Amino acid sequence: MDLEHSLDQDALAGVVRAIVAGRFSMERIRRREGTPLVVDPDDWAALGEAGVFSLTVAEDEGGVGLGMADAAVVFEELGRGLVPGPLVASHLAAGLTDSPLFAGAADGTTVVGAVTRPRMSDTGARVPLIVEHLASLDAMIVVGHDGLLSVLSTDDLEAEPIAHPLDPLTPLSVLTSLPEGDPVGDRDTAIRFTQGTHILTGALCAGMAAATCSMAVDYAKERQQFGRPIGSFQAVKHLCADMLVRAEVARAAVDVAAVTADQPDTGDTVRAAAGAALLAAEAAIANAKTSIQVHGGMGFTWEVPVHLYLMRARVLASSLGPLGALARTVAARY
Amino acid sequence: MDLRYTAAEEQFRTELRAWLAETLPTLPEKPDTGDWAGRRAYDTGFQRLLFDAGYAGVDWPKEGGGRGSSPVEQLVYVEELERAHAPYVGVNFVGLLHAGPTIVAEGTPEQRARYLPPILRGDDVWCQGFSEPDAGSDLAALRTSAVRDGDDYIVNGSKIWTSHAEVADFCELLVRTGPAETKHKGISWLIMDMDAPGIEIRPLRTIAGATEFAELFFHDVRVPVANRVGQENDGWRVTMVTLSFERGTAFVGELLQSMELLHSLREVDDADGSPNADRIGHLGAELDALWALTRRNVSEAARTGVPGIGGSVFKLAFSELRQRIGELGMDLIGRGGLSWDELDGPAWSRSAGGPGNAELVDTWVNSFSRTIAAGTSQIQRNIVAERILGLPKG
Ligand SMILES: Cc1cc2nc3c(=O)[nH]c(=O)nc-3n(C[C@H](O)[C@H](O)[C@H](O)COP(=O)(O)OP(=O)(O)OC[C@H]3O[C@@H](n4cnc5c(N)ncnc54)[C@H](O)[C@@H]3O)c2cc1C
Repeated sequence: MDLEHSLDQDALAGVVRAIVAGRFSMERIRRREGTPLVVDPDDWAALGEAGVFSLTVAEDEGGVGLGMADAAVVFEELGRGLVPGPLVASHLAAGLTDSPLFAGAADGTTVVGAVTRPRMSDTGARVPLIVEHLASLDAMIVVGHDGLLSVLSTDDLEAEPIAHPLDPLTPLSVLTSLPEGDPVGDRDTAIRFTQGTHILTGALCAGMAAATCSMAVDYAKERQQFGRPIGSFQAVKHLCADMLVRAEVARAAVDVAAVTADQPDTGDTVRAAAGAALLAAEAAIANAKTSIQVHGGMGFTWEVPVHLYLMRARVLASSLGPLGALARTVAARY
Repeated sequence: MDLRYTAAEEQFRTELRAWLAETLPTLPEKPDTGDWAGRRAYDTGFQRLLFDAGYAGVDWPKEGGGRGSSPVEQLVYVEELERAHAPYVGVNFVGLLHAGPTIVAEGTPEQRARYLPPILRGDDVWCQGFSEPDAGSDLAALRTSAVRDGDDYIVNGSKIWTSHAEVADFCELLVRTGPAETKHKGISWLIMDMDAPGIEIRPLRTIAGATEFAELFFHDVRVPVANRVGQENDGWRVTMVTLSFERGTAFVGELLQSMELLHSLREVDDADGSPNADRIGHLGAELDALWALTRRNVSEAARTGVPGIGGSVFKLAFSELRQRIGELGMDLIGRGGLSWDELDGPAWSRSAGGPGNAELVDTWVNSFSRTIAAGTSQIQRNIVAERILGLPKG
């Protein structure tokens, strides 16, 4: 039993950090704010080359042959760097090796998104079907009402772009119709897809929660008021301590969920993954909000990027469905 | 990262599990909370059984008479005892988790030989005389004085919140041996015989109505200089050693017990159509996450050889979570929670598969001490902010 990163996992995290620092620096990604094409094909291919998408694909299928635990390490780093794009869907698509549409998902030459087919609301009104990064997508995974997966090409989809998406780095479109698509995989595939979504979205969120905590702590050490750093005031200190607790608890939960997915005899993956996603999403939102508070007026400016973490956290949390449903999944298996 | 245990650890688990299955049914009936003599006999009796079976001081080093197990085996030990509903460490807490490990680390060979074996055997019970009326969170402000007189110190002053004082044989006592203004630099760590003349014990009643802790008053109590652990005026450093043991796996049993309790509460809620499923699931996710964090902290301790500062993160999160589980229990049993005694009734009774109302009331009330004892949550936040995040002292 060892829940610290292995040396290989540390090295992997280092590789991803280097790519994030080079290709996804805050300055660089922010140049694409508000544009429909936030995903740069070259950058995406660079992520592919580093194994971000093929990490958990078996070696004989052309992948790296590592586990979800390694993927979680990678996705925590991507989250910390606020790397935009349909990372989770593309990673999981690379594992659906029997679908021809996804051939290039693993190496990052195909960009794949995901969407859950919405149900009618109680009044019969259609719930708007919102897709992220549509202009960058080549194909899409659709989670159907029965929970099963299908895939479709995004070539002929009819959609209206949303003029002002909440997260300027996650362009959104409303689909006017959603074709059936081709079924892919079976019920087990669908269950693994949901678990993977929970774990990797959770990992992004855990990384984001850690990032907004660090931003607040750095600022609190620097910013002076009343002749001393604001971080010496206990009211500020305690906000920071609570942020660290949330980030660390979320990361531990995500890591254990990922290891459980790799070693299913060690626990209940469904419960671990749902619980980790729940806590990580909440931590990402709460830490971003708290970080804004610690930054004072600066935190409310467009310039300081903390708000981007808050908005991304909202995007990711919404992709998990209602958080209450995650809690009920845990409760039912407790 | 790996959640599997080694063959040796699994072997340890299997043997311990078998021993527990054989031994627990032979234990006498649990004494009442107020029956201190009975509690002492029960807790030390079980400690003796552990000793005879080779399980006393699992995590103590071999040179201290312990088993010298790794932090991972210690975790397996706590886990198996909890799963089997074995007795808690109880009155052995200070001896096994505080004073003993401190004497192992800092004591002289004579002190080790004299004090360690009786702790492991369950012969001696210890209490902790750290806090004073005017020195709680600010422990280094303590004033109980110890003045040299030949081969003795003469101790005067008082301590407060001393758990298990009435049944203790020895006390790990912090005293001021330097001038008051020396603060951290004028403290010494002494072993005090609780039978020494001049010690007065006044039990304090807790909000649960019990006498869990007491006030101690010292009138010219003689403590041999040979009973000092560490150098004179170096007691603060020794204290930090003591407290680091507490942050190890001391709360793991209660974490696992909380998971089992939540499972029971879910069954109670399900019988009612699951109106609280969201809340139960959220608490469950948090408990699972803290079990994950525990195992990561243990992994770190296994690598570095010392319990890490991560224990403060755990303590802060768990003590507050424990209170919310207590609240859930009270909410579920509604008016069944208005009595300290067991009630016969529908939803809250044991027949529904859940814990009895008295146990839930007890869990709830006692949860309030968790954010106070062993460093308040505010102090834990200061520690996390200053020692982990590096924020400047205020
Ligand atoms: C059940 C129980 C068992 C105990 N057993 C023992 C024992 O066996 N031996 C022993 O020595 N002690 C024991 N204690 C004492 C315990 O360690 C102290 O209660 C604790 O350290 C707090 O000290 P205090 O009670 O003096 O509170 P205070 O220090 O007076 O604190 C009062 C309030 O002020 C806050 N506060 C204080 N200082 C700060 C600060 N710098 N920043 C922010 N907030 C602050 C605290 O968080 C708290 O909310 C026990 C306590 C309990 C509840």
